[in-house]
Amino acid sequence: MIAVGIEGSANKVGVGIIFHPEDGSTPQVLANVRHTYVTPPGEGFLPKDTARHHRAWVVKLVKQALQDARVSVKDVDCICYTKGPGMGAPLQSCAIAARMLSLLWSKALVGVNHCVGHIEMGRAITGATNPVVLYVSGGNTQVIAYSSQRYRIFGETLDIAVGNCLDRFARTLQISNDPAPGYNIEQLAKKGKRLVDLPYTVKGMDISMSGVLAAIDALAVQYGLDGEWDGKEEGADSASGEADDGKPTRADLCFSLQETVYSMLVEITERAMAHVGSKEVLIVGGVGCNERLQEMMGIMARDRGGTVHATDERYCIDNGIMIAQAGLMAYKTGFRTPLKDATCTQRFRTDEVLVKWRD
Amino acid sequence: MTQEYQPPPLPPPFHHHNHRTQSTATTTTTSTTTLPPPILLTQGAEAHLYKTHYLNATTHPAALKIRPSKPYRHPILDRRLTRQRILQEARCLAKLVREGVAVPALYAVDWEGQTAVVDAATGAERYGGAWLLMEWVEGDVVRVVVQAWERAMLARFAAADQHPRRRQADGEMEVDGDQGDNGHVERKREEERMKDLLRRIGAAVGRLHAAGVIHGDLTTSNLILRPKKESGQGDGEGEGAGEVDLEGEVVLIDFGLASQSVQDEDRAVDLYVLERAFGSTHPRTEAFFAEVLEGYRASYRGAASVLKRLEEVRLRGRKKSMLG
Repeated sequence: MIAVGIEGSANKVGVGIIFHPEDGSTPQVLANVRHTYVTPPGEGFLPKDTARHHRAWVVKLVKQALQDARVSVKDVDCICYTKGPGMGAPLQSCAIAARMLSLLWSKALVGVNHCVGHIEMGRAITGATNPVVLYVSGGNTQVIAYSSQRYRIFGETLDIAVGNCLDRFARTLQISNDPAPGYNIEQLAKKGKRLVDLPYTVKGMDISMSGVLAAIDALAVQYGLDGEWDGKEEGADSASGEADDGKPTRADLCFSLQETVYSMLVEITERAMAHVGSKEVLIVGGVGCNERLQEMMGIMARDRGGTVHATDERYCIDNGIMIAQAGLMAYKTGFRTPLKDATCTQRFRTDEVLVKWRD
Repeated sequence: MTQEYQPPPLPPPFHHHNHRTQSTATTTTTSTTTLPPPILLTQGAEAHLYKTHYLNATTHPAALKIRPSKPYRHPILDRRLTRQRILQEARCLAKLVREGVAVPALYAVDWEGQTAVVDAATGAERYGGAWLLMEWVEGDVVRVVVQAWERAMLARFAAADQHPRRRQADGEMEVDGDQGDNGHVERKREEERMKDLLRRIGAAVGRLHAAGVIHGDLTTSNLILRPKKESGQGDGEGEGAGEVDLEGEVVLIDFGLASQSVQDEDRAVDLYVLERAFGSTHPRTEAFFAEVLEGYRASYRGAASVLKRLEEVRLRGRKKSMLG
């Protein structure tokens, strides 16, 4: 069976085509293409501009995906699309694209929960059977474990998502959004050495990020590190050491922010592992491709005698193939989204989905 | 990957037992101490829990909680968090014991934990970790008790479960009119026993809050059901006709994330954490959670306003997903 997946809940629009062999062997990725809406440094992406970007790109990407996959329209079994959660306008443009293709090609529609898409793709790629899932992206931060046909949320952020915290700090420092603000923070953090004191907010298995962001933003302003930057000092301070008056650098702030928020994430993941008695962790979502987070999670898992599974940017960052994967799994259990219900929603909890394909 | 898990080495003064745990079967270590070595019970998220004793091996069993350093964390952050938390925990325990709340008594504490020990697995040096020595609390954690009860319920009323409506996960234990009178009464009685336990849990949390302490990580794994002294049964496995013992005193443990506060907000969040943990750990019994809140309501003055606040907390947070 073959499914086309369309994703566009944030600033990436992606189309993927997945093939599930009839004999039940490993699913094959036939195509996975994506285009990202990149804004200038210091700016975030606005819904209406992002939606415009998606509308401009989705047809091109579908054509490209079909070409890459070397399949014709008649081989396709269903069209899967992201029903939510995400930003309203971008979601809508992709839902329209999916409905159009469904009518044009007379194919069934499958609305997919974005978070479940991430989890299912992560499981398919890494082969993790029943892991504790840390889902970290620009819009979501959740610790999830499977139980009785639901992906249950054990812990999550009480305010903003971790990716949002990083992105917004990148905006404060006016770090480039290309390819992604988080990626550029990660690169800058590698040069940081000094740890500044930041709030560390863990409440049970939940965390809070907004205080950390406010504190680091305030530090950036206090030391005059916000706003545009000529990029000179970064090279200079690594050469001369940081003996100068104890003032942190931009790199130090990025380093401290990463160390603090990732420690919080690893801590709640570890707590969920201890709680459900699992030894496997799967990291999914855009922030999941951060190597420092993967490294910290790896050390934690090893200390517990467990293992960590992570994927690379093709599958971590929002993509169409994960929607195709989760959609096709639901499709096989008989799940369909009738045209009149093929809407999208900004609010769609991970645990609202009945996971019929697992026991 | 498949290698045997080795816990981190014990910090002083327990460290001389490290040799013994790693020695092979043939060598007998000539340890000068007469104490039996601490036994590792569980590896929680933050700490390792050992069973040992205080002063006298036969009369005073004790729980030793070690917070090993977390190698994944930046050393400065790690030290700050470890010190802060172990001191916080010790202070809360001391206060609760004074206030007469059912918690383990505090015997001794080392909050620095900066003594270096050698890791048997890697040969590398690491900090031994801060530790806390507490009274040993007999009994099973409530998670185990509830799960045993759920299993017993399924086994006893299996016939009723063949009813198609029964299989729907949530509210499974709800009363069903179709049932034979006998089974119905039995089931009611069993459910009443569980509800009573849940009310006692609520009351225990209420006493904690009344003493001005917030637990911070309330789950059914952090509550122990201490059996009554006279009934000599040790484990929570059912006796007789598959009946799980639900009697006893609810003791709160693990104050690793505890703090001192009398704010409605903090108390409500504490209850919310319990509610969420209960729902995800015991989906079958989730419908009874209201009993915990009932027990809480009756436990101290001011509980009512906390419960009111809880309604707000439920609506807030990320109950409904949104973009930040």
